[in-house]
Amino acid sequence: MNRAALLLALVTLPALGDPTPQDVQKVLQRDFHARGQAGMDRLVQDGVQRVCTESRERPPAELAKALEADQMKAIVYPQGSLLGDWKRGEAIAQSGRGLTWNDKPGDAAGGSCYNCHELSSQELSHGTLGPSLRGFGRTRGASAEVQQYVYGKIYNAKAYNLCSQMPRLGASGTLTPEQIKDLVALLLDPASPVNR
Amino acid sequence: MRLAALALLTLTCAAPVAAQDTAREIQRYRQMVAEGSPAELFEVEGEALWKKPQGPKNVSLERCDLGEGPGVLKGAYAHLPRYFKDADRVMDLETRLLHCMMTLQGRSRERAIARVFGSADRPSEFESLSAYIAAQSRGVKMEPGITHPKEKASYELGRALYFHRVGSWDFSCASCHGEERKRIRMQELPVLYKPEYARPVVASWPAYRVSTSQFITLQWRMNDCYRQMRTPEPAFGSETTIALIHFLTVTGRGETYRGPGNKR
Repeated sequence: MNRAALLLALVTLPALGDPTPQDVQKVLQRDFHARGQAGMDRLVQDGVQRVCTESRERPPAELAKALEADQMKAIVYPQGSLLGDWKRGEAIAQSGRGLTWNDKPGDAAGGSCYNCHELSSQELSHGTLGPSLRGFGRTRGASAEVQQYVYGKIYNAKAYNLCSQMPRLGASGTLTPEQIKDLVALLLDPASPVNR
Repeated sequence: MRLAALALLTLTCAAPVAAQDTAREIQRYRQMVAEGSPAELFEVEGEALWKKPQGPKNVSLERCDLGEGPGVLKGAYAHLPRYFKDADRVMDLETRLLHCMMTLQGRSRERAIARVFGSADRPSEFESLSAYIAAQSRGVKMEPGITHPKEKASYELGRALYFHRVGSWDFSCASCHGEERKRIRMQELPVLYKPEYARPVVASWPAYRVSTSQFITLQWRMNDCYRQMRTPEPAFGSETTIALIHFLTVTGRGETYRGPGNKR
């Protein structure tokens, strides 16, 4: 962490005259108000957000590695099999709910997966911001290692690629461990529509 | 007209048609309404509101100075956002309207902003007024203010905000509007820091939204993007929302205004 903090200070500063992320943060603190479950603490950038903003999504390789390792260490894996129920996983992948100021706190969130990824071949309304995951488990199988990789990637995509545009769905408290296991099944279960 | 929109929408949503067909249907609908847009209904309502005496002073907005002089509507929208000396800040259309409601009509800020975004059944005052005023810039080139130091600062803040990662899901505007030819579900995403993408957007907002039968404004757009970015809520007419609208409009400047348009 100390090494990462040191490297953090070395990120190139934005061009002179441009507002710094600190300036922007001050503006946001003044202009926004808490609403529903969306509190003002959400406006404070963490190290990952700050580095990706300041480097315009291109962090120095060594800094990226150090911060990715920090993120990786914080991933919490449940005991036992990571394969849940792909049917529940499909519903979670479809749902775009959760964490907005008009979502009821405590209501189950979704993963918004189809917003960005192709998954099941039956769902034509899918986004293209992320790579297609159709047939994801077909070539990779569902070994313990693959399960762990998929679980970790959904839990915290930034542990694998620091400035990934994918939300940290577990680390942000959006999805529960059970829900992430269901998504792992959606991707890896041979019976899942993703792999059929 | 709004009923027709609803009927068509129900039709396209009810049948399990492929998503491409839905996109085609929406395209067809857009062509259909090109000569008689539902936005016109909002323009008519907006004109009535512009001329209606309201507030403690019981006067209309007809003497409101949108930047071209008191009461001048022709081309006013096409030159916003811009710096206003009397308020010593950069304002977009909606913020300027709020300013006039407070100064001319004597309405309190709290009351005037009680309902800034409406529903299909009940549009907000700002939505109807925006439709009416934007329509008076049809055929005028979009040329927002960019010379005053505060205009430059606003544009630069907008650009910084566009790339600023924030909120529970780590998004910036560029997370979705950063790469060409990308979609969320079936919705294509314009890369709004590039002029070729910003220009048609700037030329058609505010707009009638087919899927919700609502008239939507840029203040609404900024608000709803931040909602989906899982941040707290930006204040209506805040420096943040104005700066983003300013950045977008400057990026798309030079295009001839042809709105209010129609959106999905």
